[in-house]
Amino acid sequence: MNKIFKFFLPALALLSTTSLSLAQEAGSLDEKINSGFALATGWFVNFIFAPFPGTSFPWIVMWLVIAATVFTLYFVFVQFRLFGHAISLVKGDYSDPNDAGEVSHFQALATALSGTVGLGNIAGVAVAVGIGGPGATFWMILAGLLGMASKFTECTLGVKYRNEYEDGTVSGGPMYYISKGFKERGLPCGKYLAILFSVFCILGALGGGNMFQANQAHAQISGIVGDYPGWITGLIFAGVVFAVIVGGIKSIANVTEKVVPFMGILYVAAAVVILIMNAGQIGWAFGQIFEGAFTGLGIAGGFVGALIQGFKRAAFSNEAGVGSAAIAHSAVRTKEPITEGVVSLLEPFIDTVVICTMTALVIIITGQLTINPETGNYIVEGGKIVTATGASGVALTSAAFASAFDWFPYVLAVAVVLFAFSTMISWSYYGLKAWTYLFGEGKGSELTFKVIFCIFIVIGAAASLGPVIDFSDAAIFAMAVVNITALYFLMPIVKRELTSYLARLKTGEIRKFTSEPISGESPAE
Amino acid sequence: MPATLIVGLDGTGSGDRAVAYAKKLANLIGDCELLVVYVIEWSPYTFQTAEENSERHKRREEEIVMATERVVNPAVSSLLADGIAARGIVRHGDVADLLNSVAEEENAEQIIVARTSEGGFVKRVFGTSTANLVMHASVPVTVVG
Repeated sequence: MNKIFKFFLPALALLSTTSLSLAQEAGSLDEKINSGFALATGWFVNFIFAPFPGTSFPWIVMWLVIAATVFTLYFVFVQFRLFGHAISLVKGDYSDPNDAGEVSHFQALATALSGTVGLGNIAGVAVAVGIGGPGATFWMILAGLLGMASKFTECTLGVKYRNEYEDGTVSGGPMYYISKGFKERGLPCGKYLAILFSVFCILGALGGGNMFQANQAHAQISGIVGDYPGWITGLIFAGVVFAVIVGGIKSIANVTEKVVPFMGILYVAAAVVILIMNAGQIGWAFGQIFEGAFTGLGIAGGFVGALIQGFKRAAFSNEAGVGSAAIAHSAVRTKEPITEGVVSLLEPFIDTVVICTMTALVIIITGQLTINPETGNYIVEGGKIVTATGASGVALTSAAFASAFDWFPYVLAVAVVLFAFSTMISWSYYGLKAWTYLFGEGKGSELTFKVIFCIFIVIGAAASLGPVIDFSDAAIFAMAVVNITALYFLMPIVKRELTSYLARLKTGEIRKFTSEPISGESPAE
Repeated sequence: MPATLIVGLDGTGSGDRAVAYAKKLANLIGDCELLVVYVIEWSPYTFQTAEENSERHKRREEEIVMATERVVNPAVSSLLADGIAARGIVRHGDVADLLNSVAEEENAEQIIVARTSEGGFVKRVFGTSTANLVMHASVPVTVVG
């Protein structure tokens, strides 16, 4: 830590003394970064979010929903059937005591969650209900429930086809299961699809896993300390991330990984308290959610607008079908890949069905979205619902919590910064795995990616929300295009694993280690 | 059938006191085997980064080798040199839970650990772990001062 202070304190002092004189130039620098970024990424964003001809419905949203529905039906509602078993696995009931010291199911789940629980749950949900109204929440929950099946499919494959190296380290993820799985099934083009996924994964890591986080962290900090150039936040964040991923100062990451879960619990607890304080309004809020889901309640695009926003935000937040979680979950120690798939289906549930819904309910229940008393519909200007404080994104969530606890924006600011940081660390790893898949493992290759990653933090903090959020969504959804295509071809393998596992669970061949062993049989995980 | 005594080590000087006392007991008992146990404090419910997870198996193997070579083997060798039957094992997990479960598995007569006044990590592990062990162990526990 001393090293960091020695480096950052003079840097911060320098930044604070020069920031005033640079403010004017900085403003123009931010503008240049912003316009250049929008110009460079516009075509990509337009392609990913292209609507079906004659409609305003982006094809990519339908792609994700259809996939999640197909997996739900194909695995016969696995997310509901095995929900209880998933909790048993996370508790370690089926873990071999001889594997103590290896990565547990809980640890793999917690690591994957630290990559997904973040700004999507706070800022993303605010964007969704700010545009799509309360009805977006309904579609978000539905997408979260369906997405559990997508996550189950990809994480099972992530463990099954991971690379285990001689030195004991592992690498897994869609790029590995696409290339190996396609080869095993005798399908062509696996290698090309894996390369394409890796390219999109790198873009996703730089977009949603990096620029969006830096951008919203800056918005939150400047909302409290006053407006100042985004590149300053970007430089500080880049410096700390650089210290961790390049400098190997793991103490920062360790502290973050320990604090973030408590921040998550604190966030949900605060939301629950606000809901209890407004208990009389909960029925009304759910009424708005259901009514808005099918009528839109005056929002732009009607119920389709609510549906699009809900599905988009759910996918962006829990990343089901995107493939990123398969990278995180692949490090678990298990003899049965299906067990990690089962555990992973808890991820969209915690992320979307619990945390995102809490955010949405708090925004709705605290009256942040203004309603026209005559029509009962929401007041819309420029495609967005007019909010009580005029805020949008993370500032809207902050205002909603502040209406109950005036000190909460400070806690939220710390939570946002930590969530952003933790998500960046996770995505730097996902991006790195894709990068090394393309360019090979090696210190030079890894350092190149890490430096690029840090540069994009500065760009993300300096650019305005619009282009950043568009690019972030587009890059992450592009990963889903390749990943889901592969999952359709590989899902029979998962089905086979699931059928075999359930049969052995039923006969008692696989059983809890906490129960009394049966003589002559050795329990297996 | 020889009596089995479990000796819990923590890799510091206080562990040596536990070994010395166990040796004295073994000589008094006569037909006795000492099982030297070193527990690497670990919980399946901690939070780690994706990178740490990917290297966890490798780190685990390194931890076991290091604990075996630096703590367990020297203790076992010194006991064997003194003519006392001894074995050593290294496990990951909760110190108090594991010492107790190893004692149950081995049908041990008692567990011998040392009280430590050293601070930091050692105090955290063997300070509170000793107290937990004394409170919950299913076999007698001797705490060497």
